[in-house]
Amino acid sequence: MSADGLFVIGATHHRAPLAVREKLSLSAEGAAALKAEFSKIGGLREFAVLNTCNRVEFYGVAASADAAARMTAAFCARQNFEIAEFAKVRLELRGCDAVQHLVEVSAGLDSQMLGETDIFGQVKEAYAAAQAGGTTGPVLNRVFQKGFQAAKHVRTQTAITEGQVSVANVAVDLALNIYGSLTHTRILLLGAGEIGEKTAKAFQSRGAAALTVASRRFERAMELATLLGASAMPFEQRDSRLAEFDVVVCATSAPDIVVPHASAKAAMQKRPARPLFFIDQALPRDVDPSVADLQNVFLYNLDDLAKIAEENRVAREAEISKCRAIATEKAGALWRQVAPQVEALAERFEGRPVQQENPA
Amino acid sequence: MFAEITDRTWLWAAGSFYLAGFLLGTFALMRQGRPSGSATYVLIAVGYALQLAGLAVRGRAVGGCPLGNQFEIYQFTAWSSITLYLAVGVTFRNSLLGYFTSSLAATMTLVSLAIPSWDATQRTHIFGKDPWIELHAALAVFSYGVFGLLALTSIMFLLRNHSLKSKDLRGWFSFLPSILDLDHIGLRLLGAGVTILAFSLVVGSVYWLRDTSTVNLTKLFVTVAIWFAYTAALGLRLRGILLAKRFAWSCLALFIAALLSLGPVDKSRHPATPGAEVRTS
Repeated sequence: MSADGLFVIGATHHRAPLAVREKLSLSAEGAAALKAEFSKIGGLREFAVLNTCNRVEFYGVAASADAAARMTAAFCARQNFEIAEFAKVRLELRGCDAVQHLVEVSAGLDSQMLGETDIFGQVKEAYAAAQAGGTTGPVLNRVFQKGFQAAKHVRTQTAITEGQVSVANVAVDLALNIYGSLTHTRILLLGAGEIGEKTAKAFQSRGAAALTVASRRFERAMELATLLGASAMPFEQRDSRLAEFDVVVCATSAPDIVVPHASAKAAMQKRPARPLFFIDQALPRDVDPSVADLQNVFLYNLDDLAKIAEENRVAREAEISKCRAIATEKAGALWRQVAPQVEALAERFEGRPVQQENPA
Repeated sequence: MFAEITDRTWLWAAGSFYLAGFLLGTFALMRQGRPSGSATYVLIAVGYALQLAGLAVRGRAVGGCPLGNQFEIYQFTAWSSITLYLAVGVTFRNSLLGYFTSSLAATMTLVSLAIPSWDATQRTHIFGKDPWIELHAALAVFSYGVFGLLALTSIMFLLRNHSLKSKDLRGWFSFLPSILDLDHIGLRLLGAGVTILAFSLVVGSVYWLRDTSTVNLTKLFVTVAIWFAYTAALGLRLRGILLAKRFAWSCLALFIAALLSLGPVDKSRHPATPGAEVRTS
């Protein structure tokens, strides 16, 4: 029976539905305890744990034939999850395929939101934690470090990360096309619902200068403003103070127009040289459509944002084959570099008990 | 070896490099890619050096700053735009300005080379021995270069405004700078151009007051009219009257008018200074 060599096992959003992923998700304490258990598995020379909301993956290098199975058993026992059930959703790849998977995951090719860049940081964090815990060695160090380079290459040589694919981030990108930077941009959120909150958070995460919340229920505006570290404003002041803001996110459930043409025109007379950007995410619409005719005023509604997000998603999908080709080439080259090390590891320990050398 | 190369050969070479920058950018945009900022910058820089060599050869031949005919003025204006681009273009954080600048420089350089009549008459020693009047002329044409760059940023503003209003942000629209950045750049360029031209006119007026007979009235009228128009645009912009799309269209129209005025001005000229002469090639 041959050694497990380099492998990845786990479960991802591709086969595991949300309800299953919830059960498989590791808490910080759970992950630490699991790592301690993995360290005791004989023949497991190196390992790293990647745990995000869409995947839990264990990368390992083993000199024994049953290390991957023992990792699976330890994980399922900790999560109180049937091994047979886990087998139905399990991801298991070896050798070059495992390397290619790591490159594709790092490049965002395997993400639910194709081409997203957050995953790259998450994989880097997982590797850094494994390195700090002393559970990586020459093989995983090389695979991860070179894998990151390959993922960067995929992202820079293709358009896989270009254009936002979520409505909230599309709105932020549009604001950047108008203002260049958000550091001096003041945001007004009209409505305290979930959609507006998401958009407001996206603006905050990209460095918006200040956020003000106004809702027909002032206490709800106060509540959300406190949650977001923003300020609250009485809804009735929206017309008189409109000129103070650069971006107005409208997401109320009001049945009528909340920002009429006259209000926007009056605001622009006070600030003619600075553009005003309305993001109307409400249904029925909050902003009078004729506002778009004003000079230096830009109005995007929910359909406009969704259309741009969809166009970006289609554009990203068109890049997949190019990305996969690069990932395959890079993973193949990387595997050729580490394969002799993995084989030597297996040969060295074949026929005699494996001593646990992982210090973690 | 280089001594044997004529001014026009240097300038053809310079125009070719500007054209290469433009073609490189066009090729990248047609492939839905961003024009390489560094490659465009290098091509423009090489073209600039070659143009400088060509203007230096011409300057030695005519005994002063080469501003004696329409060909030379177009060459000098293109060179001025490039000077400004090389100095400040990289800080604009986008390669499309380089793309547009290379297209403007290539057009002005190659078109002026391709029309022999513009360079048929070469005036030498047009500034006599007075460095102030030479400075006046050089600054005036340099301000045209600034206005040229302003026209380019105005085109970029109009394209960005169109893309945002029409909600089409795909393709090369995505490489344009933000609308507010373009507005700020435009305002600064307009301020710089008006100041340089004003300084040039002040220097020129001292000369003109000394001897009014040597100044061509058509040239004087056109230059002052252009300065006045640009100054009015600046005033209206600062007062919040001429804004956004209208401001960009005005800057573009003014530059076209300024360029078109060069022809009549050149035709109405006569040797301005005792000792100046006219050579016909």
